[in-house]
Amino acid sequence: MAHTEWKDAPGLPDFSLLKRLARDQLIFLLEQQHEVDKLYKVELKPIVSSSDQLCFLIRPRIQTVKWISDLVNADKVAGRFRRYKIIFTPQKFYACETVLEEQGVYGDVTTDEWNFYILPLDDDILSLELPEFFRDNFLEGDQRWVTTAGSALRLLQSVYGSFSKVYGIGRCAKMVYESWRELMEDGEQRTRQPEFAKVFLVDRDVDFVTPLCSQVVYEGLVDDLFRIKCGSVEFGPDVTSSDKSIKVMLNSQDKVFSEIRNEHFSNVFGFLSQKAKNLQTAYDKRRGMDIQQMKAFVADELKGLKQEHRLLSLHIGASESMMKKKTKQDFQELLKTEHSLLEGFEIRECITYIEEHINRQVSMIDSLRLLCLLSITENGLLSKDYRSLKAQYLQSYGIEHLLTFANLRQLGLLEEQQAGETLTVMESKVGKLVNDKTVGKLTDAFSSLAKKSNFRALSKRLALVPKSGEEYDLRVPRDMAYVFSGAYIPLSCKLIEQVLERDGWTGMEEVTRMLNGQEFAVTARNKTDAQRIVLVMFLGGCTFSEISALRFLGKERGTYYLKQME
Amino acid sequence: FVAYRGQTELLGPLRKIELYEMGWNLKDGLRECLVAAAPYGGPIALLKGHYRRSPSARPQLEIYSSSGLPLASFPWKSGVVKQLGWTVSDDLLCVQEDGTVLVYDLWGGFKRHFSMGNEVSQSQVLETKIFHSPYGTGVAILTGALRFTLATNIDDIKLRRLPEVPGLQEAPSCWAVLTQDRQSKVLVANGSQLFILDNTACTPVTPPGLSPQASSIVHMCVSFSYKYLALLTDSGHVWMGTSNLKEKLSEVDTKIKTPPKQMAWCRRPKSQQPSAVVMWDGLLIVVGECKETIQYHLDDDSVLVPELDGVRIISGTHHELLQEVPGACEEIFKIASMAPGALLLEAHKEYEKESQKADEYLREIKEQSLLSEAVRQCVEAAGHEHEPETQKTLLRAASFGKCFLSNFPPEQFVSMCRDLRVLNAVRDYTVGIPLTHTQFKQMTVQVLIDRLVYRKLYPLAIEVCRYLKTPEYQGVSRVLKHWACYKVQQKEESDEVIAKAVSVKLADAAGISYSEIATKAYESGRTELAIKLLEFEPRSGEQVPLLLKMKKSPLALSKAIESGDTDLVYTVVMYLKNELNRGDFFMMLRNQPVALSLYKQFCKHQEQDTLKDLFNQDDDHEELGNFYVKASYKDQRLEARVALLQSAVDEYYKAKNDFSAKTTEDEMRLLRFQRKLEEEKDEQLVGFSLQDTMTTLLSVGLHKHAEQLYKDFRVPDKRFWWLKLKALAEKEDWEELEKFGKTKKSPIGYLPFVEVCIKHHNKYEAKKYVSKVTPEQKVKAHLAVGDMEGAAEAAIERRNESEISTVLSRCSATTDHLLMERLNRAKATAVKK
Repeated sequence: MAHTEWKDAPGLPDFSLLKRLARDQLIFLLEQQHEVDKLYKVELKPIVSSSDQLCFLIRPRIQTVKWISDLVNADKVAGRFRRYKIIFTPQKFYACETVLEEQGVYGDVTTDEWNFYILPLDDDILSLELPEFFRDNFLEGDQRWVTTAGSALRLLQSVYGSFSKVYGIGRCAKMVYESWRELMEDGEQRTRQPEFAKVFLVDRDVDFVTPLCSQVVYEGLVDDLFRIKCGSVEFGPDVTSSDKSIKVMLNSQDKVFSEIRNEHFSNVFGFLSQKAKNLQTAYDKRRGMDIQQMKAFVADELKGLKQEHRLLSLHIGASESMMKKKTKQDFQELLKTEHSLLEGFEIRECITYIEEHINRQVSMIDSLRLLCLLSITENGLLSKDYRSLKAQYLQSYGIEHLLTFANLRQLGLLEEQQAGETLTVMESKVGKLVNDKTVGKLTDAFSSLAKKSNFRALSKRLALVPKSGEEYDLRVPRDMAYVFSGAYIPLSCKLIEQVLERDGWTGMEEVTRMLNGQEFAVTARNKTDAQRIVLVMFLGGCTFSEISALRFLGKERGTYYLKQME
Repeated sequence: FVAYRGQTELLGPLRKIELYEMGWNLKDGLRECLVAAAPYGGPIALLKGHYRRSPSARPQLEIYSSSGLPLASFPWKSGVVKQLGWTVSDDLLCVQEDGTVLVYDLWGGFKRHFSMGNEVSQSQVLETKIFHSPYGTGVAILTGALRFTLATNIDDIKLRRLPEVPGLQEAPSCWAVLTQDRQSKVLVANGSQLFILDNTACTPVTPPGLSPQASSIVHMCVSFSYKYLALLTDSGHVWMGTSNLKEKLSEVDTKIKTPPKQMAWCRRPKSQQPSAVVMWDGLLIVVGECKETIQYHLDDDSVLVPELDGVRIISGTHHELLQEVPGACEEIFKIASMAPGALLLEAHKEYEKESQKADEYLREIKEQSLLSEAVRQCVEAAGHEHEPETQKTLLRAASFGKCFLSNFPPEQFVSMCRDLRVLNAVRDYTVGIPLTHTQFKQMTVQVLIDRLVYRKLYPLAIEVCRYLKTPEYQGVSRVLKHWACYKVQQKEESDEVIAKAVSVKLADAAGISYSEIATKAYESGRTELAIKLLEFEPRSGEQVPLLLKMKKSPLALSKAIESGDTDLVYTVVMYLKNELNRGDFFMMLRNQPVALSLYKQFCKHQEQDTLKDLFNQDDDHEELGNFYVKASYKDQRLEARVALLQSAVDEYYKAKNDFSAKTTEDEMRLLRFQRKLEEEKDEQLVGFSLQDTMTTLLSVGLHKHAEQLYKDFRVPDKRFWWLKLKALAEKEDWEELEKFGKTKKSPIGYLPFVEVCIKHHNKYEAKKYVSKVTPEQKVKAHLAVGDMEGAAEAAIERRNESEISTVLSRCSATTDHLLMERLNRAKATAVKK
């Protein structure tokens, strides 16, 4: 892990404290319920239980509350009398109560709050586990989670001391900061040795490009293929090479995983085979042992080896499964297209590739991902392309995706260029003179004349895309670009690096202007530079590639980056 | 030797301190008055002319401070009052004959009233006692039906009717309320019989060792702490014991057989000596452990007020405190006392006289190494003294003694100085709260500040807070808030003046809630002032509830949005939804996009139709179109789906979104087509995407229909070719595939043909297409079918270095030796070029 590299690297705060706090509160809440008989997942279906009281532990979602209301009403119709309690976590929303009221069950249900804000997923990852944050905040414009994020920061501050500096960029980041500041003013200040030095708040919509790229770091790949949920993953039968699925916790406790999680995929296999050899050697030690040594071996080492063995075979299984899926021609071409888009070369070819991708129905999500990446790097699609690609997509996956496209447009992820009208006239005129292919190239030329792509300019200014042609040795990463095979440095991470280096936003005016501003940097009163731990909070989620990139940065700078995501 | 100054009288083990000469001017003293004085030096209420029951002369209710300064006075217009009493928070309770209890504040303002129940109002109140317990202030009533009704806490009234007392024919001779085992009970004497009444039972009890001459218990009283009980019998004996009636402390004969006016305990906490005070007209008798009683003459009608550490005696002219002499004071002031404190005081006196005797006294204390004890005694005694001069003398002596001690902890001395300063300030005649140090400690600073605030003594309260360094949040800010709440109710001043005054005073105080003050202003009917005050509230979230209450909905909505708290916005929106008519509600939302979008979200789950109306109102045809599309795929019935899609089409056209409209029309056509085929061919199709429909059709061999879709829906050639290619390969219908490949030139080239055959492990078929592949892809095609020679041939022909390398990497050194040589040669030439 990163901190071993640096002699006086700060140790990380003990996050188990957060877990204990939350657990105690929950136990307190549940104790009022007497004995818990059975746990159910809240769904819209009748609960078969003879118990005369039901307790629901839910996120404050309107949908879920509605389900519960229906359940209560169903019980009423059936003449069953039960007591119901809803525990909202992390907080109760008025809208949920309104739903209870409108469904006529307000009087039948008692409610409570369980203020569980932060789930420590790993030594250096905290999470609010609010998947709806992104949708609510960026799509629906519902800022309900802003105060939640603010309260989470306040909790961290009250447990681990105050931060000396806060940076941020984005509208939501600003609001979270405001809400946090207000909370701090309300409560009493506690002075103690702070464990975090700085906080960096970043909105997800500041950098949409990074999460749109295919991940090639091991942990990222595991997430893309198997979906990591709450720090654990379920490996299917193809990985476990048995007929059962296995659920595995993925964190630094897993010795094998912690060594490969941040590695580029191309290195992983070599590493795993080396590891397997080492393991074999360790096993082989027992040959030629006498009884006494054997006894010691069994007592001290065997268990560790067995454990490692089990993990190793799992990860080898996972890698094989990745290999199968990802080294295929398709994946290589997908990566090639992504890199072209990031670099801004051969856009026409990319569009053709995307079209084929849609036509062949390779993957519903990947196609959309490519479309978005195209739109963002090119500042929107030409009307002609937009319509044809959209039509193709709808033919492939059904008309209901009209709504998907409407949502993506709302988010600014997939847009149609508006100013293109005049160009199309030109284009058609020119088109009569020359053949098809040239038209495409000319169109590209015209559109780049018409407007400057923000991403291109940003990428140039921050040197996000390393010069092509140079060899990039993925074994010895030179910069954060290694998380994308050396083709691209995540914008979000680059921003963080730059701001921390400059201790503020000075000198980056051009960049922030292109990112729609909303940046801020606040110094707290009590300035202590003793600790170098930096908390990075992604509002709206972050990818494992970004985490790996930040770990790399931490290793380089002897700073600890702590990540928090929604 | 120091003796007590004029105002303190020593009565054996007791002392009587004159607190105040009363500031009131009562013509008839306390005669014919109903009197109630609150403990802890609280206010005094008088109901004058109460016994004259003529309708013409209304009784007058007057409220005074402990020093007799008038606080309120008004004619009593309600029913007949049976009893007055004070709550723990200095509110006046007036219990009427019909069981109604009226609550007034210190200033005579009516607060509320409550009833003690139907049963009480029917049988009327006979007697009432107001008592304090850890649960608050309680009221106990003896009704005309000789039953007891009890409420333990008047702020949370739960009436309890106690069981009947057996054999009770007329009003009991006396009774009292006890608090035992976390329960309030009533002790009743019926003649010589004693009963304890609790919630469930009436238990007869006998006090141990009660002298047998007594035929009736005529009076009883319980100590302040409810631990001790005193009984007075008709034979004139006072029995004293614990209130659980397990232990007798003493019994004394007063030799007076007439019933007394009042009886009270006079005892300080932790004292060993029991003593009670019995009052008759003009006579006060203190009974203690010994047979002797202390008699004391009273000039005037008086009232006894039991306190934690003594009894206050209020008469028409004077206010005195009777208490046991505190231990420290006794030690020091006893004649010829040799206690260390006494010696230290003496030493200091000599020192002031610059006499060497000071040294002698000091040495005497030090020899016994009792100097720290001496200092402690002096400090403690100072706390119990009421005269500032005496306090000073004792404290000076303590300070003097401290000089000779190296490591005496200063806290006790310092805090005593502070406490005394505060106590002297509140004991002042103008304030009139005669607290003793013991009471002050029991009551806490917080409560004292509350009382000062309640008496509107804001400057003094702030001084006290600052002086005692109370945290701002609980101290100064709280006082200021109360001040502001009072200020906003002053009708004579204009809104601007008050708002300004409040903001100036409260500007730098921490933790002030302006919304609370504004609420007060609103409650006293000053809406404009409330709005002005709310402007000062830094947290916009706090402003919202009041604004709603004041019906300032637009302002409330914009403040809620400003606060960024979605929940708050929802609160306002839901309130408005119920409050306004639909049109106005929509109009208001229209001006607030944030609120509108939130409401839309809510509607998405709860009220689909409202959502539609909202879009309609905004002429948002695009969203309406989306809405119908969404609705369509939720509906199961085809007719409904088509109808909904038609609506969507209309909306999209209105929104000038031709693309969506066309697509939706296509979808309708597709649905109809699917339906038709489903009926004809019995194949599940409805709801599939175009692609899936075609795939299904091809896979079941309905090529014609697939072709039809391909033409009707202008499916791009490439897509259709891919689709058909895959479908045919899936079925392994190689013949059809070959035919298909020959229909026309493949728009996707022939490499996919090769690949798809290989995928289905048919090398033979794959080879058929290799020749058709474009030159650029030839190498790949050959490699795919495993034809190394062909691949090499193609690569060499194309003289493409990288392709040659690719082929090379696939060759195995053992079998393709010759080939590799050729390739290497070709590579060399290719590089040269």
